[in-house]
Amino acid sequence: MEQRMWKVSASPHLNDKESISKIMWLVAASLAPAGIGAVYFFGAHAAWVIFWAVVAAVGTEAAIQKLMGKPVTVSDGSAFVTGLLLAYNMPAESPFWLPIIGSIFAIGLGKQIFGGLGYNPMNPALLGRAFLLASWPTHMTIFKTAPHGGTISGIDVETGATPLNLLKLSQDVLRQVKINPAEVPAQKVAEATEHISKLYDAYGNLFWGKVGGCLGETSVFLLLLGAAFLLYKRYIDLRIPVSYIGTVALLTWMFGGTDGLFTGNPLFHVLAGGLILGAFFMATDMVTSPITPKGQWAFGIGCGVITVVIRLIGGYPEGVSYSILLMNLTVPLLDRWAKPTIFGGAAKK
Amino acid sequence: MSVVGEFTKGIYKENPVFKQALGLCPTLAVSNSVQNAVGMGVAMTFVLVMSNIIVSLIRGFVPKKIRIPIYIVVIATFVTIVDLSMAGFAPALHKALGIFVPLIVVNCIILGRAEAFAGRNTVVRSLMDGLGMGLGFTLALLVLATFRETLGNGTFYGLPVHWKGFEPMLIMILPPGAFLTIGLVLGTMNWWDRRRA
Repeated sequence: MEQRMWKVSASPHLNDKESISKIMWLVAASLAPAGIGAVYFFGAHAAWVIFWAVVAAVGTEAAIQKLMGKPVTVSDGSAFVTGLLLAYNMPAESPFWLPIIGSIFAIGLGKQIFGGLGYNPMNPALLGRAFLLASWPTHMTIFKTAPHGGTISGIDVETGATPLNLLKLSQDVLRQVKINPAEVPAQKVAEATEHISKLYDAYGNLFWGKVGGCLGETSVFLLLLGAAFLLYKRYIDLRIPVSYIGTVALLTWMFGGTDGLFTGNPLFHVLAGGLILGAFFMATDMVTSPITPKGQWAFGIGCGVITVVIRLIGGYPEGVSYSILLMNLTVPLLDRWAKPTIFGGAAKK
Repeated sequence: MSVVGEFTKGIYKENPVFKQALGLCPTLAVSNSVQNAVGMGVAMTFVLVMSNIIVSLIRGFVPKKIRIPIYIVVIATFVTIVDLSMAGFAPALHKALGIFVPLIVVNCIILGRAEAFAGRNTVVRSLMDGLGMGLGFTLALLVLATFRETLGNGTFYGLPVHWKGFEPMLIMILPPGAFLTIGLVLGTMNWWDRRRA
């Protein structure tokens, strides 16, 4: 006699054609324009870095699942996306072992040690980046390759300055002048002023990606292209990106200048650095972001505040990765705080 | 338990760091190099053995209500001896260990052994217990420091042990490296124990 098995599971009981692997591969596809752009701007070595990061991420996932006797699920594409995002957060001229070690750390200690996909409290790719940044800071912060088609005109690329880095250095000079005018040579002040005015004039370069930086973060246009696709498919929604970018814009406008309040340049701060990549592709990671709309708004605002604090006050020129990692840790609390009242349940006191 | 058993239990079975998870603050802080680990281990073992002996000797007439302050005074005496001798004979090590030498006074391994063992056992057993726990602590520090120093600095006990072109993994000698290492070592040990059981 055939025995019928009834599976009892928690709600929701909706059926959908979407699956993890379909979503993940489409996310990977949406990241493709930026990857192709990286190879165009930074040369073939960028493709090499991406290749090693992806191979190591997929390989580590398969090896760990095999060793632990779990079904090997690398074909769902989640490790592929992790490797891709990690590579996008690295300089194009990284030595080949850097993405490999980063990917092994990201998958091994960022994801599989917690139980695999869906159990990781933090974004594995960003964890990999944070690990590499703490371990080999020189490799992760020196950008030697000048992007194809020129950088922001007249600014020396050999010093390895990203736009944010240069802005920070120049603003430090201007602040120094205010405190102690006699100490700073006039030539340095003129140089800093010139740098800032050139940076604030380079929206075109920033938008198309002709600036120094990590290989996948520079081209705002290509990233937005992929993000638009994800928004159209509704794999991400606008709450986190809008609140995140909006907070950064508002706070940098208020505090980002050297001549008092509301003298900053919000558009520059939004276009420069890894904000677009972070806000659309990493802060919105389904596993590590809040599930309720209210929580998502709070998550985005929190990311924005931490990013601006690091950019304007902290030691690093860029704070996107740390801000998302820190806010990832608050997600369980945000989800509890933003829990909607059950239909028919008592109103909140 | 035999007298020898009191000694050997501290090495693996009741290792103060890995099994009892005591004294983690100095463990994480000074395990960034093998030299520091050895220095700290020796200092701890000395204090542990001496305070165990004294506590065991006076256990008959220590008033129960004020035993903790009395133990602390005993421990602090030996810590002062270690602190001043180290400052006199090994100033570099003393500087490297910094605040963690005086902090041995409030180390929970030592107070824990005084309270849980030496205060209710004979002198010989307390001596063996102190030796075993001190050795266990030193070994734990050595294990962590070996991983951290070789990976994070490319050296072992200050001697280079790396290939040409090796670039040290700085995170390992920074605080996050301590947490990563102890987590992985603890996980491996638990996995091993469960597999054997």
